[in-house]
Amino acid sequence: MTLQYYIYLSFILFSIGVLGVLVRRNVIIIFMCIELMLNAVNLLLVAFSKVHHLEYQLFNPNTWIGAEAQVFVLFIMVVAAAEVVVGLSIIVMLFRNTHSVDVNTLNRLKH
Amino acid sequence: MAIFLEIFSKGSDLLSNISAVSISLLAIFCAIMIIVSRHPVHSILYLVGVFFCISAHYILLNAQFLAVINIIVYAGAIMVLFLFVVMLMNLNKSLNKRHYLLLRRGPAIVLSVVFSLVLLGLFYSKVNTVSKYQEVLSSGNIGLTQSISAILFNEYALPFELTALLFLTAVMAGVILARKSKQINNSQ
Repeated sequence: MTLQYYIYLSFILFSIGVLGVLVRRNVIIIFMCIELMLNAVNLLLVAFSKVHHLEYQLFNPNTWIGAEAQVFVLFIMVVAAAEVVVGLSIIVMLFRNTHSVDVNTLNRLKH
Repeated sequence: MAIFLEIFSKGSDLLSNISAVSISLLAIFCAIMIIVSRHPVHSILYLVGVFFCISAHYILLNAQFLAVINIIVYAGAIMVLFLFVVMLMNLNKSLNKRHYLLLRRGPAIVLSVVFSLVLLGLFYSKVNTVSKYQEVLSSGNIGLTQSISAILFNEYALPFELTALLFLTAVMAGVILARKSKQINNSQ
C-alpha cells in the first residue's frame, strides 16, 4: 500500500461527501456528508503521519516524530463533536418551527 | 487496474494489502449508499459502516488509539445523536417527496474545476516520489496511547485545555438552542 493509494481513497471519499452536499435536500444527510468529508481528511492526515514517521524511523527506531498529526486528528474529532451538537440543535429548532428538513424551505432562515 | 497491479507488486505483505483494498471498496460502497438511500436512518447506518471501515484503516496504519477513539466518538456518540434526532423528528410524511435537488450549477462547476485540478496535480506531481511510493503499511509505534499522550500533554497542553472550553460552549449552545422557548412560540 503506497501513500498515493491513500490520497486517492481520501479524494474519492471527500468527493462523495461534496456530491452529497450538492445533491441531497435533506439537511440531516447534508450534515452527515460533512462528517464524511471530515473523516476523509482525518484518514489522509493519519497516512501522512505514517509516511513522515517512516522517514525518521530509519535514523532513530524509537522516535515519536509523526504522532503530532494524530494529535491533530484528535482535535479535529473534538471540534467535529462540538459542531455536531450545535448543528443538530439548530436543525431540531428549525424543524420545530418549520416542520420540515428540506433545505429549500430553510433557505430564508426565518419564520 | 494499473494502480491495483502497482499496489500488489510493491506491497510487502499480501494479506494486509488485500484487507486494505477490500476495506476501501466497502468504505466507498457505504459512502455512495449514504447519498443513494432514501430513508435517513439507512443513511446513518451506512455512515456508521464508513466509520468502521476508516477505523480499520487506522489500525492498518498503526494508529490504534485513533481507531478506538473513532469508534467510540463517531460511531458511538455522534451517530447515536443523529439517530435520536432522526427518530425524534417524524420524517415519514416527507418520504414521498422528491429527494434530490438538481445539481446547483455554480458551486458544481467551481468544485469540479478545483477537484480536477487537484487530481491532475496528483497524477503529474514529481515532488518527492520516494515518499509518494513508499510502503505505508509497516510496523510502527506512534499510534499508541503512550506516544500520543506524551505529545498531547506536553506540547499541546494549552489546546487540550481549550478543548474543554469549546465543549462547555457547545453544551451551553445545545441546551439553549434545543429547549422549547415560550417567547418564540407565543410570538408566532
